[in-house]
Amino acid sequence: MLLNLLDTRGLRSQLKDSVPVAGLCPHGAYGVQDSLRSGFSSVKNELLPSHSLELSEKNFQLNKDKMNFSTLRNIQGLHAPLKLQMEYRAARQIQRLPFLQSSNLALDTLRGSDEAIGFDDILNDPAQSEMMGEPHMMVEYKLGML
Amino acid sequence: MATLTVNRAALGGFSFENCKRNALLEGEANKVGCSLPSARKTGTTICGVVFKDGVILGADTRATEGMVVADKNCSKIHYISPNIYCCGAGTAADTEMTTQIISSNLELHSLSTGRLPRVATANRMLKQMLFRYQGYIGAALVLGGVDCNGPHLYSIYPHGSTDKLPYVTMGSGSLAAMAVFEDRYKPDMEEEAAKQLVRDAIAAGIFNDLGSGSNIDLCVITKGKVDYLRPHDEANKKGVRTGDYKYKRGTTGYSLLITHRRHDVFISSMEMMSEVTCVL
Repeated sequence: MLLNLLDTRGLRSQLKDSVPVAGLCPHGAYGVQDSLRSGFSSVKNELLPSHSLELSEKNFQLNKDKMNFSTLRNIQGLHAPLKLQMEYRAARQIQRLPFLQSSNLALDTLRGSDEAIGFDDILNDPAQSEMMGEPHMMVEYKLGML
Repeated sequence: MATLTVNRAALGGFSFENCKRNALLEGEANKVGCSLPSARKTGTTICGVVFKDGVILGADTRATEGMVVADKNCSKIHYISPNIYCCGAGTAADTEMTTQIISSNLELHSLSTGRLPRVATANRMLKQMLFRYQGYIGAALVLGGVDCNGPHLYSIYPHGSTDKLPYVTMGSGSLAAMAVFEDRYKPDMEEEAAKQLVRDAIAAGIFNDLGSGSNIDLCVITKGKVDYLRPHDEANKKGVRTGDYKYKRGTTGYSLLITHRRHDVFISSMEMMSEVTCVL
C-alpha cells in the first residue's frame, strides 16, 4: 500500500501480516480467476501465501526499521527515534506524482541504503516495470476524490 | 467497469508471482511423468587453509547440471576485494550473484570508511543476507583473506551460520578433502607445504566424488599479494586419440597413375554348332 500522507498510525499497524480475504479479488486480469496461470480458485490457494518468504520479504524493511528504532531508544532515549522518524516523514513527502517513479534520494540517504546494493536494486527495478498505474485514477485516489 | 489496482506498491527484489503457477505445473508434469529442468549446481570440492603468512583457497573446476557435466573448467574462486577471495559451492547462479553483490557492497563500504575491508565485514554481510532468505539461496561459501588483523578463514552455510576455523572444506567432496586435512594439517606451515596440502585435498575430492572433477585452482593470499593460480594442476586431462585419419604435417603429396592390365580371355567351354543337313 502507498504510505498515505495522512497516515498517523505507528509502524506496527503498517505491518502486513496477512494475505487478503478469499474470493474478493482474484489475481487474474479483469478481476476474473486466471485458471491457466494460477489454477482453479480455492480458499486455501488464496489465503495462504504462495511462498514462505513472501510475507517476511514484504515486511522486511518495516521490521528492520522497528528493530533499529527500538535499539536506538534503549541506547539514547526516546528523543532519538522520534527525531529520526520526523525526518523520515518529511523525506517521504518529497515525491513526484503518484504514477511516476521517484528516486527517493533523501529517504535513501537517511536510511543508509545509498551505500548498499541488494537484490531489490538489481531484480525487478520499479523504474523498468512494464505496467503503469492509470494516471487519472491514481491522482484521484491520492486526493481522496475516488 | 473493471477494478483497477490503484494501490500497487513499486517494490524491487524477488517477486513471488509465479510460485503458485510453478507448483501447479510441477504437479501436472509429475502426473505425466516428466520433471522440470533443474538448476546448474557446482557439486564441488572447495577448501581453505591458514598458513604462516596468509590463506590458501582451493577449488575444483567442474559444474554439473543433474547427471551431466555442464562446464569442464568453471571458475569457483570469486573476487570479493583485493585482499579477500571467496570459493562458492551449491547453486552456481546463487554463489555468483551473492559474491558479486557482497563485493559491490564491500567496495562502497571501503570507499566510505577509507580503509581496506576486513574479512569479518564480508562474513557478516554474507551471513545476514543468507539468513534473510532462510536457505532458499543455495550458496555454501569458503571466505578467506588477509587484513590488518592477520589472515582469516570462514565457512558460511546456506542458512546463514558461519564458522571461523584454521581449515575448512565445503561441497559434495568435502568429506574426502577434510580427511586429508585432518591427517596432515599442522599450524604455521610454509607456503609450499600448504599449497601441496590443499592440492592433495582437492585431488582427493576430485577422484572420490562424482560431482567434482577437472582441474585444481589455487588462490594464495598474503599481505599485499594475491596469487591466483588457474589452473594450478590439471588432474584430469582429456584423453588423447590413438589413431588419426589426418595426414601428419610434412607429408609430400603426389598424384597416382593407375594402369589397367588386360587379361587374355580363355574360352573354357564352347558350344558346338550341329551340322545342318538339308533335305530336299
